[in-house]
Amino acid sequence: MPSSVLWAVDLFGKVYTLSTAGQYWELCKDSQLEFKRVSATTQCCWGIACDNQVYVYVCASDVPIRRREEAYENQRWNPVGGFCEKFLPSDRWQWSDVSGLQHRPLDGVALPSRHWEWESDWYVDENFGGEPTEKGGWTYAIDFPATYTRDKKWNSCVRRRRWIRYRRYRSRDAWAKIPSKDDPEQLPDPFNDLSVGGWDITDEPVGRLSVWAVSLQGKVWYREDVSHPNPEGSSWSLVDTPGEAVQISCGPHDLLWVTLWEGQALVREGINRNNPKGSSWSIVEPPAASENGIVHVSVGVSVVWAITKDRKVWFRRGVNSHNPCGTSWIEMVGDMMMVNVGLNDQVWGIGCEDRAVYFRQGVTQSELSGKTWKAIVASRESDRSHSGSSSSLLSAGCFFGDEVRGSGESCAPSDTDASLEADRLGPDQPVPAESVDSPRNSRDSSASGPGTGRTTERAVEVPGPATQTSGPEPGPATQTSGPEPCPGLASSPAELPWTNIDLKEPKRAPGHSAAGFPETTGLSSLGLLPLGLEEPYGADDHPLWAWVSGGGCAVEAHAVLKWFTVQSGLSPSVQTHSLSIMPAQTAAWRKQIFQQLTERTKRELEHFRHYEQAVEQSVWVKTGALQWWCDWKPHKWVDVRVALEQFTGLDGARDSILFIYYVVHEEKKYLHVFLNEVTVLVPVLNETKHSFALYTPERTRQRWPVRLAAATEQDMNDWLALLNLSCCESRRVHGRPSPQAIWSITCKGDIFVSEPSPDLEASEHRLPCDQMFWRQVGGHLRVVEANSRGVVWGIGYDHTAWVYTGGYGGGCFQGLASSTSNIYTQSDVKCVYIYENQRWNPVTGYSSRGLPTDRYMWSDASGLHECTKAGTKPPSLQWTWVSDWSVDFSVPGGTDQEGWQYASDFPASYHGYKTMKDFVRRRCWARAPPGCTWARTSPSLPSPSGAATRCGPWPGMAPPSTGALCPPPNRLGTAGTTSRLLPSRD
Amino acid sequence: MTDDKDVLRDVWFGRIPTCFTLYQDEITEREAEPYYLLLPRVSYLTLVTDKVKKHFQKVMRQEDISEIWFEYEGTPLKWHYPIGLLFDLLASSSALPWNIIVHFKSFPEKDLLHCPSKDAIEAHFMSCVKEADALKHKSQVINEMQKKDHKQLWMGLQNDRFDQFWAINRKLMEYPAEENGFRYIPFRIYQTTTERPFIQKLFRPVAADGQLHTLGDLLKEVCPSALAPEDGEKKNQVMIHGIEPMLETPLQWLSEHLSYPDNFLHISIIPQPTD
Repeated sequence: MPSSVLWAVDLFGKVYTLSTAGQYWELCKDSQLEFKRVSATTQCCWGIACDNQVYVYVCASDVPIRRREEAYENQRWNPVGGFCEKFLPSDRWQWSDVSGLQHRPLDGVALPSRHWEWESDWYVDENFGGEPTEKGGWTYAIDFPATYTRDKKWNSCVRRRRWIRYRRYRSRDAWAKIPSKDDPEQLPDPFNDLSVGGWDITDEPVGRLSVWAVSLQGKVWYREDVSHPNPEGSSWSLVDTPGEAVQISCGPHDLLWVTLWEGQALVREGINRNNPKGSSWSIVEPPAASENGIVHVSVGVSVVWAITKDRKVWFRRGVNSHNPCGTSWIEMVGDMMMVNVGLNDQVWGIGCEDRAVYFRQGVTQSELSGKTWKAIVASRESDRSHSGSSSSLLSAGCFFGDEVRGSGESCAPSDTDASLEADRLGPDQPVPAESVDSPRNSRDSSASGPGTGRTTERAVEVPGPATQTSGPEPGPATQTSGPEPCPGLASSPAELPWTNIDLKEPKRAPGHSAAGFPETTGLSSLGLLPLGLEEPYGADDHPLWAWVSGGGCAVEAHAVLKWFTVQSGLSPSVQTHSLSIMPAQTAAWRKQIFQQLTERTKRELEHFRHYEQAVEQSVWVKTGALQWWCDWKPHKWVDVRVALEQFTGLDGARDSILFIYYVVHEEKKYLHVFLNEVTVLVPVLNETKHSFALYTPERTRQRWPVRLAAATEQDMNDWLALLNLSCCESRRVHGRPSPQAIWSITCKGDIFVSEPSPDLEASEHRLPCDQMFWRQVGGHLRVVEANSRGVVWGIGYDHTAWVYTGGYGGGCFQGLASSTSNIYTQSDVKCVYIYENQRWNPVTGYSSRGLPTDRYMWSDASGLHECTKAGTKPPSLQWTWVSDWSVDFSVPGGTDQEGWQYASDFPASYHGYKTMKDFVRRRCWARAPPGCTWARTSPSLPSPSGAATRCGPWPGMAPPSTGALCPPPNRLGTAGTTSRLLPSRD
Repeated sequence: MTDDKDVLRDVWFGRIPTCFTLYQDEITEREAEPYYLLLPRVSYLTLVTDKVKKHFQKVMRQEDISEIWFEYEGTPLKWHYPIGLLFDLLASSSALPWNIIVHFKSFPEKDLLHCPSKDAIEAHFMSCVKEADALKHKSQVINEMQKKDHKQLWMGLQNDRFDQFWAINRKLMEYPAEENGFRYIPFRIYQTTTERPFIQKLFRPVAADGQLHTLGDLLKEVCPSALAPEDGEKKNQVMIHGIEPMLETPLQWLSEHLSYPDNFLHISIIPQPTD
C-alpha cells in the first residue's frame, strides 16, 4: 500500500502531515502561512488560513497538471479575396471558441491565475479527427455552424482552424490562494469552514472534487468545476440553506452534512453525478440524549460522526446513500474538540483536554464505529533534534504523576510547563512559602495602587452593623445579559477548554496561540501576525492540535501504524509520562469507570424499573441547637432547636423544611422555612458569632432575614453546607454553574451564582430579582465578570486576577456539595482603615480629648462608629491580620510628616498642613488583615500560617505589577456578553 | 464533565433486579408467586428482604417457618457479603433478573452465619467499617466519631440515604495532606474457584518510590493468578460493583470511590465468560 498522509493543524496554525508509513509529524513544505482549518484529499488539500482566505495545496506528482487552451480562427470565402477575414454581418468572430459564440483572440486568452504558466506558444492544430490535415490545419464547411471536413470542396464557403496552447499548473507543494469571492463593495464574509469530498460519486469523471464552504454569515457555498486538472475551480456559488450554517462536511461519496447554528444538522439530498450540488436539505435533530446541540459533524462514505456542544462524540446509525439522514444517534466514549472521517471511513479526533490527535481504532466495514480512541503520540520532526532536553519532559511527567496521585483533586491541564504548574497549588500539598508571601506582596501593590480605587474601598472596609445582614444584592445592581450569540461567536461553535489553553504559554507568542485556534474567525488583524515562526519547538512541547483531516489518509483496517509509540530519540519512559500528562479527569481509567457505571445502570435497571424498591424512602431529619436572632424587640440571640426535615416527593424530587423551635414567654413556638423558597444563604462572619442569614423573597422584602448562629465554625459550616445542598436539591440545581450563570459578589467578597431561567428572553416569565436563587461558590473577590460562555474572571481585593476553573462548592462546602476537582486555595488581602481623631485645645494642643459632641477619638471614616486599634477585628473569622497598624500617609488630600490631616472641624474637608483655623486633625491607620488564603478546610490539613482558610475554584493568575487587571493573555475579553456585578457598597 | 461524585452516587444507587422464588420443597398452603424486587447493591440481603419474607410467609404455615436463607444455583448466599458482591461473584454472567431461591428450612449451618436480627447486620457492618478504618487511619477517624455518627452511617445504609451516609462517611475517606493516601487499602479479593473465602493482605496505596499503586499492582502482588499472562488470553474478569475497572486505575482512587459502605473494596475475580 502506498503511503498517504494525515493532515493536521496545531494550535499555532502550523500545518503538519503524518505519513501512514512514518512516525513523525512533518511540517508542511509551504510553511509560510498559518491555517485554521484544512480538508485533505489524496491529491490536494484545501484550507482556510488565518488571513481568512482559502488556499489549495496541490501535492507534487510526476504527472503535470496541464490544460489545453483552444481558439478557432474562422474565415469566409468571397469571390474577391478567397478565404479571408471579411465576414457576413451575421457571422461569428474571426477568433472564437469552438462554438463560435465567443470572441477569443489569441492574445486575449489569459492564464486563470498566477499559479499557471504557459508551456509553449500558440500553434496550429494540424490534426483533425485523428488525421493530419493539409494547408495549415484548415477544415471546411458550407457555412457556420456546420460539419467541417478536411477537404475543400466546391461549396466550401467557410473554413476554420484550431490554435492550441498548453498551460501547466505550477504551484505544486505550495499553498495557492483562491481569489476571494467577496465583492469589495460589500462587507466581507470570509469563510469559516470548508470541506472537500465527492471524489467517489458514482461514475463521475476521475479527479472531480466537491468543495464546500461555510461563510461567517452562515451561508453555504459550492466551488464550481474543481477537478484534478482544474484544482482551483472556477467560482463560488451560493447554495441556499434553511438556517445559519457553521460547519460543513462532505464525504467522498454523496454524503454532505452541515451543522446549523441552532444545533441541528442539515443533510443534503439528491447528490449524484449529474448534480453534485444536490437538490434539497433535510434536518436532523441533535441527539435527544444530549441537551446540547451539534457543533461539529464529519461524514464519510456511510458514516456520520458528530460532536455536541458538551464535547460528547456521537455516531449516527444507519447512514447510507439511500438514507443520508441515518436513523439514530449513539453516544461514543471520549470528549473531543472535533472529529474527522477520512478514507475508508477511518476516524480521527482531537481530544478536548489534551488536544492530542486520536485515531479511532478498529473501524472496519462491519464495525464502522470502531473500538477505542488511541492517541497519536508521534512527535514532530522538528522535535527530534531537541531530544537532548527530554529530561525536562521527564520532570514534567513526574510532576503530573504527583497530580494524579492527588486522587480526584487534581485537574492539571495537559500542560507540560512544570514551573507554571508548580505555582498553582495542589490542594493536597502544604501551601508553599511563596503563597504566604504573596499576600504581603500584593498588599504592597495595593498600597501603591491608584488612589481612587483605594478611597472607594475605604468606605467599604469599615465594619459596621449596616453591613452585617446585607446579603448579596441580587437586585437591580445586577446588569444581566443573556446569552446572545454575537456574530463573532456565531461562527465559532466550538468551545475551548479554556482553562487549559489560556493559562498555557501566554508568554510564548500570544498572537500565535490566538491565531492557532480554529475558532478565531474574527475579522481582526490576523494578517499582521509574524509569519514563519521558525524557531523549533522545544522537545518538552507536547504538540497541541487544532484540526485534523484524514481525507487523504488511507489506513487499511488492519494496517500497522507507528503512530502510537514514541520513536528513537526519546527514551521509552517518555511515552508513559506523556500518557500521564493527561489530566486526571480525562485519564482513560476514569472515563472507563464512568462509562461502565452508566452501562451497568442501563443493563441492570433499564428493563426493571417497574420492580419494587427494596428500601422505601423515608423522611430524614437532622436536628441541632442553634441561636436565632429573634424577630421581636429587643432583638437578641435566643437559643433555639432546629430541625431540617427532608422528604422525597412522589416524583422523586427532594424537598426540605427547616423548623426553628423557640420559647417565648414560656410558650413553645416554631417557625418554618420551605427550603425551596430560600433565595440565598449568606454567611455572616463579622462578629464573634458564627452565623448566617437565610433569605426568602418575603424576608428580602421585610429586610429581615432569618439569622442563625452556631456554636462553632465547623457546626455553622455543616449547617450552611447542608442547607445549601437541600436548597439546591429542591431547586434541582447541581454541578457547576452553567455558562449563562449570573455571578455576583457581596460587599464582603463572598461569591454567589444564580442560574437564569432557560427562557431569559421570554418576557412573560421574567423572574423578579428577589426570587432569584443564589448559591455560594467558594472564594473571595471584589469584582467578577462573566460572559455567556462560561468564562469567568475576578479580581481580588489585592488586585490579583483570578480565573474560574469550573469547579463548584469550595469554601465551607465540602463533601457532597463541592466538586472534587478544580478547587484551589485562594488568598486575598484587603486593608482596613481606622482614623485617629484629635481636637486642639489651648492647654495641651492637639489631644485625644474631644468635645462631648465630638466623634470617637478612634473611629471609622464617617466618625460614627468607634474603631479602636485593639477593638477593630478582622472583617471575619476567616481573616487574620498580616501586619500591625501603621499610619497611612497616602490618603487623599495629603498629610503632614506624622500623617495628620487638619480641618476646622469634624466633619470637614481635610488638608495635609496645619493652618490657624484648624481645630481638629485626624490620621489614618491602615492594617492589612488578609492572610486569608482560601485553602481547603479539611480537618486534617493544617491551615497555613494559622489563618482561617477557605477555598474556591479559583487558580490565581500572576498579580500584575501595576495592581491593575492584567490584559488577558489572549482574546478572552473580546467576545461575548458580560454580566457585571460590582460589590455593593453602603 | 462527569464528576467523581457521580461515581459515588452510581455506586450507591446500583440496583439488581431480583426474582425471589420459594424453594420447591417448602410446604405451602397455596401457590407461592415469585417476588420481584430491586436490591441495592451496597446493602445486605437480610437487611432488605423483609418484604420477601412477608410475601412467602403468607402462604406458609407458621410451624414450617424457621430462619430465612437464600440460595442461588445451589450456593447458599452469605448475608454478610454485600449484595453486589454476591451477584458479581456468582451471577454476573447470567441473565437478569437474578433468580434467588428462598428457603425456610434446613439452614446450612456450615455455610452461613445466623442472622437473628438487624442488630447482627449492624454489628457486622460496623465491625467492617472499624476494621477498614484501622487499616486506613489506625482507627483514628472512627474512634474520634461520636456514637451518633456511627448510628448515622448505619441508618444511612439501612434507609438507603446516600446523603445521610456520605455526610459521615466522607470523613472516613480523608487522609492527611502530607500522605498520598490511606495507610493501607482495605480490600478483599474473592474467587469462586478457590476454597479460601477471600484474600486480604496489607497493601499500601503508594509504592516506596512514590508511585501510586494501581489495581494491577495489587493483583500482581496478592493474586497473580487473576492476571492474564503477558501474551496470553484474558481468562478472568476483575469486577467491582459490576464493572471492570482498568488495571491502571489507582488503588487509592478506587478505595475512595468504589468501596462498599463497609469501606472495603470487594473485588471479585470471576472466569471470563465464554460466549
